Amino acid sequence: MNRHMIPLIVFAALLLLFWVGLGLNPKIIPSPLIGKEAPKFELPELHDPQKIVNNEMLKGRVTLFNVFASWCVSCRAEHHHLLKLQRQGFHLVGLNYKDEKQDALMYLRQLGGDPYAMIAFDYKGNVGIEWGVYGTPETFVLDKKGIVRYKHTGPLYREVIENELIPLIRELEQES
Amino acid sequence: MKMMIGIVIAMSLLMSSSVYALKAGVPLEFKDEEQEELYNDMLHELRCTVCQNQSIAGSNASLADDLRGNLYKMVKDGADEGEIKKFMVDRYGDFVLYRPNFNPSTYLLWIGPFLLLLLGVVVLRLNVRSRNKINNSSDLTTEESELLAKCLDSKKEKK
Repeated sequence: MNRHMIPLIVFAALLLLFWVGLGLNPKIIPSPLIGKEAPKFELPELHDPQKIVNNEMLKGRVTLFNVFASWCVSCRAEHHHLLKLQRQGFHLVGLNYKDEKQDALMYLRQLGGDPYAMIAFDYKGNVGIEWGVYGTPETFVLDKKGIVRYKHTGPLYREVIENELIPLIRELEQES
Repeated sequence: MKMMIGIVIAMSLLMSSSVYALKAGVPLEFKDEEQEELYNDMLHELRCTVCQNQSIAGSNASLADDLRGNLYKMVKDGADEGEIKKFMVDRYGDFVLYRPNFNPSTYLLWIGPFLLLLLGVVVLRLNVRSRNKINNSSDLTTEESELLAKCLDSKKEKK
């Protein structure tokens, strides 16, 4: 091999490294929860504090576990997608993260309704820590056994929903 | 001048408030110095996942505040360094540690610099060797050595 080729090859390798490396979004941290059972928790339900929501209630069917808050601006951007998912018959459970009850209820009213089958009210944010929440909104997909199979950090948008979320849910629904 | 003084005061206030933002000025109490040391060490070992280039010691994000609270409670309850790190890594992944654990996903991170060094040494050696080869193979023809001798002689004569 011509020795003058070596710098060119090194340059190409660096180019490839930077191309891939700079293309990654450092804000997206892979979740260590994937493949593991959902963290144990028990919280009051947002609408009715007499009721509770716990991790056992996430089992039995494929569930979208969505972390949101009224103070979270990008949550507003994905809300209409959540409403649509609910209309399509998907099972959504909410985690209202570090929020005031009245603010959260107002938020749901203002944005066209409540897409969640139930909402766990995490006032102190401790359950959020159990789930490794660091940037609301976050959406987890859980299989029927309550195992975390997927996580999306940041607002959901159409491409993610159509190309990743829905195909995955369909696939998980086939599992026993 | 007055304005300058005002700016200096405002700046120093701002700076001090961000440095001493731990739990709104309430001093934390620990059982012993060891616990306090562990708490302070961990504050600087753990990355705030919201504002990624700050430790949880330096971040004002509300999550960092919660994590500090959690850390404080764990230290008070007698958790050791390994337990604290495991708690954080189990929830936020290796990324939460400034010095992540050595496992398949971080092999390249830890070994990479040494691989580069090794590569550098290999390239250097190859370079030196090929240069030596050129130097050693420069035996002169009889004609050339005669010319060289002549040149050297003429130099001597001049002196």
